[in-house]
Amino acid sequence: MRVRVALFVLAVAAVAAFPLGAGPYPVKLLQEILIFGIFALSLDLLMGYAGMVSFGHSAFFGIGAYTAALTLVKWPGLTTALLVPAAAAAVGALVIGFFSIRVSGVYFIMLTLAFSQMFHAVAFQNSFLGAEDGLVGVPRPDVLGLSIGTLGRFHAYLLVIVGLLALFVWRVTRSPFGHVLRGIHENEARMQAVGYPVGRYKLAAFVLAGTVAGVAGALYTQFQGSVSPDAFLWTTSGQALLMVIIGGTGTLGGAFLGAAAFILLQSLVSSYTERWMLILGLTFVLLVLFAPGGIVGTLRGRVGLRA
Amino acid sequence: MTPPPLLALERLTRTFGALNAVNGVSLSVPARERRVIIGPNGAGKTTLFNLITGHLAPSAGRIVLEGAPVTGLPPHAIARRGLSRSFQRNSLFPRLPVLENLRLAAAADGVGSWRLLGRVERLAAPLARARETAEAVGLAERLDVLAGALSYGEQRQLEVGLALATRPRLLLLDEPTAGMSPEETARMTRMLEGLPRDITLLIIEHDMDVVASLADQVTVLHYGEVLTEGSFAHVKADPRVYEVYLGSA
Repeated sequence: MRVRVALFVLAVAAVAAFPLGAGPYPVKLLQEILIFGIFALSLDLLMGYAGMVSFGHSAFFGIGAYTAALTLVKWPGLTTALLVPAAAAAVGALVIGFFSIRVSGVYFIMLTLAFSQMFHAVAFQNSFLGAEDGLVGVPRPDVLGLSIGTLGRFHAYLLVIVGLLALFVWRVTRSPFGHVLRGIHENEARMQAVGYPVGRYKLAAFVLAGTVAGVAGALYTQFQGSVSPDAFLWTTSGQALLMVIIGGTGTLGGAFLGAAAFILLQSLVSSYTERWMLILGLTFVLLVLFAPGGIVGTLRGRVGLRA
Repeated sequence: MTPPPLLALERLTRTFGALNAVNGVSLSVPARERRVIIGPNGAGKTTLFNLITGHLAPSAGRIVLEGAPVTGLPPHAIARRGLSRSFQRNSLFPRLPVLENLRLAAAADGVGSWRLLGRVERLAAPLARARETAEAVGLAERLDVLAGALSYGEQRQLEVGLALATRPRLLLLDEPTAGMSPEETARMTRMLEGLPRDITLLIIEHDMDVVASLADQVTVLHYGEVLTEGSFAHVKADPRVYEVYLGSA
């Protein structure tokens, strides 16, 4: 417990201080890691705690990203930057979850994938959403009367939002609700037999994870100043899935480490060779074969750090 | 007027294709009774339990709990009406400690389980009930052990504990002593005998010593139908029972 708090404080301090000693490109990479880290974290809540492996998490990332783009253009502010996208993603997750939680395992994976691809098709074809070009020229909101246009200020804004969200999800996993999710993961049938309306808990977990993913998408729009239909694409879901697995499923902190490993590797390898996907793929195969617990799982084994 | 029985089954039937697994079973269990169901393998005992707890839908017939029909309700809804069960094969939370296993069951009434930010340790009532239950099933010394790391006999005790921790009024136990050594069986029997009388028991059991010491009433099931019922002495004296069940053992 104390180790975790110390690690969290240390990580926040390191991220906060990073722009002081690094150039704009590394800072941007770190910002991307933060955004995808919180996105992967929301998927880990679903996968690692509730035991629901979704391959359609991009749906909520995309809903958040597009909602932020559409509303920020007209009314730039914190509400449109965070709350409205979160609400839109929550509604989307409620609808998709309502149908998807009726099945489990591979069927759940397929259904969530199909839903997210439907969103991609709509975004790709709808001219109101900018079709294949997406929406560009999205302004960043003012925060407390200050513009967050600069790299440093946006960094601070991002750190606060991502930090608060990570704390929130961490508390949820420790809460009575979080324990129910773990029970469902362990033995869904028994949870039902002792009296838990399992479906309602799973839907709540799905909506919660979708909402956080929506905020991640909204942050990504603000980071880039634009959004493209790729936000909805299955590869976005796949990336989050890989980040969670690389970092260590059910560890929360692993989501950020996984995002860091993925994004750093991607930027590093792609600067040397066109065939970066091949190298990336090989690396993941080796990682999964030799470190099945992910980065956090392996570290725990080494240091003897317990859950 | 006498109060309605705690559990009443009315011509309950379940078919699997051409097989009548449970065929027109009517059964009435008054509150505070300890009823044991016996019958040879394939008599439909576990199917009957699955029907009562909502795990299977009946093909025909009704299930009435305290005068209110519960036929067709999902398992969690039936459990919340005060009916709880243990399984023939252990169904635990293997990677969670014993205390957390029991706490989850004790918290199943939903109070507090929707809290997103509270701490589990602060919800005192389920935790206290979990400890009580651990005491009752003889696992008070094993609270921090993962359920998956318990011995088979202890897992069996926890299996009954999970059903007990929900504070049921009607407790269904599907072969609680299955696979246990004679000593473990004796301990389990003593534990069940020591349960408060306001928990009505419906038990599937094969061990005749256990039946003899627990049963107020015995119902004999054969090919999905009630062959006879009555006290253990009465049932034991029935030549048909001897033929289909005791004789084959």
